[in-house]
Amino acid sequence: MSDKEVLLEVKNLHIVFDKGKHKFVAIDDVSFHIYKGETFGLVGESGSGKTTIGRAIMRINEVTSGQILYRGKNINGKISKDWDKQITQKIQMIFQDPMASLNERAKVDYIISEGLINTKNFKDEAERQQKVQNALLNVGLLPEFASRFPHEFSGGQRQRIGIARALVMEPEFIIADEPISALDVSIRAQVLNLLSTIQQRNNLTYLFIAHDLSIVRFITDRTAVIYKGKIVELAETEKLFSNPIHPYTRALLSAVPEPNPYKERDKVVEIYNPLQHQYELAPPSFIEIEEGHYVLANEEEIANYRTLRTVEVSE
Amino acid sequence: MKQIKSRILAIENLVITFTLRGQVLTAIRGISLDLYKGESLAIVGESGSGKSVLMKSIMGLLDKNGSIAQGQIIYNGMDLALFNTEQQWLTIRGKEIAIVTQDPMTSLNPLKTIGKQIEECVVLHQGLKGKAAYTETLKLLTDVGIDDVEKRYKQYPHEFSGGMRQRIVIAIALACKPKILICDEPTTALDVTIQAQILQLLKSLQQKYSLTIVYITHDLGVVAKVADRIAVMYAGDILEVGHTHEVFFNGKHPYTWALLSSLPQLGLKGQPLYSIKGTPPNLFKEIKGDAFAPRNPFALKIDYEVRPPFFQVSDTHFARTWLLDPRAPKVEPPATLQAFFEEGRQYANER
Repeated sequence: MSDKEVLLEVKNLHIVFDKGKHKFVAIDDVSFHIYKGETFGLVGESGSGKTTIGRAIMRINEVTSGQILYRGKNINGKISKDWDKQITQKIQMIFQDPMASLNERAKVDYIISEGLINTKNFKDEAERQQKVQNALLNVGLLPEFASRFPHEFSGGQRQRIGIARALVMEPEFIIADEPISALDVSIRAQVLNLLSTIQQRNNLTYLFIAHDLSIVRFITDRTAVIYKGKIVELAETEKLFSNPIHPYTRALLSAVPEPNPYKERDKVVEIYNPLQHQYELAPPSFIEIEEGHYVLANEEEIANYRTLRTVEVSE
Repeated sequence: MKQIKSRILAIENLVITFTLRGQVLTAIRGISLDLYKGESLAIVGESGSGKSVLMKSIMGLLDKNGSIAQGQIIYNGMDLALFNTEQQWLTIRGKEIAIVTQDPMTSLNPLKTIGKQIEECVVLHQGLKGKAAYTETLKLLTDVGIDDVEKRYKQYPHEFSGGMRQRIVIAIALACKPKILICDEPTTALDVTIQAQILQLLKSLQQKYSLTIVYITHDLGVVAKVADRIAVMYAGDILEVGHTHEVFFNGKHPYTWALLSSLPQLGLKGQPLYSIKGTPPNLFKEIKGDAFAPRNPFALKIDYEVRPPFFQVSDTHFARTWLLDPRAPKVEPPATLQAFFEEGRQYANER
């Protein structure tokens, strides 16, 4: 798998929010990389820091220490104006709540072209309009919607506008922060399908931030599980779901409701107790337990996980 | 599970309309539904399907511009649809039927300690005073799984996490000693791990307090976990009702099929997920026939013209679709679902 091109790399990222005396470590030594063309999932509970990572890549949150590299070049801290402009265009974001993320006073035409105007990424008015039209068509909306206001649209349509706004910039990398959590069940499927279609058509890479594991399993190629600012496990999605190792991942997976009343009632929900680790003497590190499968653990735990695995496999 | 079940609440041919800017919107279009003592009923539907409106009408909480145009809600020999004063509703609301709302972040008073908020209900509904009310409050807090109750009693809502607040909201509902508890999307605002705990809590409280619980939700995973029976709602009508396993594994209405097929758990990776075409109907307009027909790939001609009656599938399972008419062509559910149904049958056989 080494032939894959790494598009984005996060190295030893720390983000600390401090306000006077109070310090809060939101992201604690997080490292991962995202290959070009894949969908990388980031799952965790609310408050785990998953959105903060997304925002750091968008350069909305300042990085305390560590690096974020895009195509091998640093994008945090001081960077050249030209690179800054490129990044602004290449990395786009889709937000959670389409009811809150669109400017109610602006027409769809302006909402979609705002990014274009900011980066002056068009020759003349005709080209701008053409780009807006294409973006609307790309997400399955009609070009004449450009002259309407957001309140005239349903939730699903509004989310499509949010996606069109990202697409018009011709990005390479899209951060989708819970893009379907606020949508209805029947609309979710439509938006998920749309995201897959435009990924193939426009050759996009996604960072998919979510708390709904059933959706993550369906759409992502690799997944990282984050707990209190630390990535506790990272693997190919199927591997992670079929063979979770870290106790937190196991607890999280056991809590996902399944649409099967028989299975659901027999299921035992595991509860994660962070005190079960003895990290005072032997601090944990991020260890590759099998190819492409990383776990946060200390050596003793790794040994335990290994024996546990062999037992499970031999059964 | 052959028990003689007694009806605790019966809704009959209920029609609810709202007046908005001179236009009339029909939110509930002739629903009949029975609620049995001690059961958990889940009402499943998309937003705008009328599931919350239906439950609000039972508690007399409809907005001012809404009214019951037709039908009956029979509870304890009384017809709640005829209630028109706040006085009458106060004999039902809280005392007999209580509600747990969706967002625990907004349903508590931020300026009062949570102890006082629970005690308020204990005093009002159980008639206890002073020391007795305090002890009862502490007992309720313990029952909903809160530790260190004496200290917690004196704390304010902002000192609690989302899951803890939802537990407090549940305690407030229980303080009224209701017979029926309505849970309106009780876990939508919570994390999955917390969701599992809250659902577990509701299940154990149901036994302890011998409650009848109505869950309003759009999450079929939640339904699978807690519900005995399911009613599927669409555009102000109930399209299918039956025992949980009947609706899940032997669903008959194409809308039920569509809901199940659009679950990512049943999708195949790399292939597009089944999605329902189009949008729900405009309720300002009169709906002819089956409301789902325009989005239904299996729709028959009659679906556009005549509202289907409830066809009986089993003693407990009914579906409102013309496909069950003996004259209708035989239609098989989509392929992905057939595998799912088969899996369900296997589980059922193992039991």
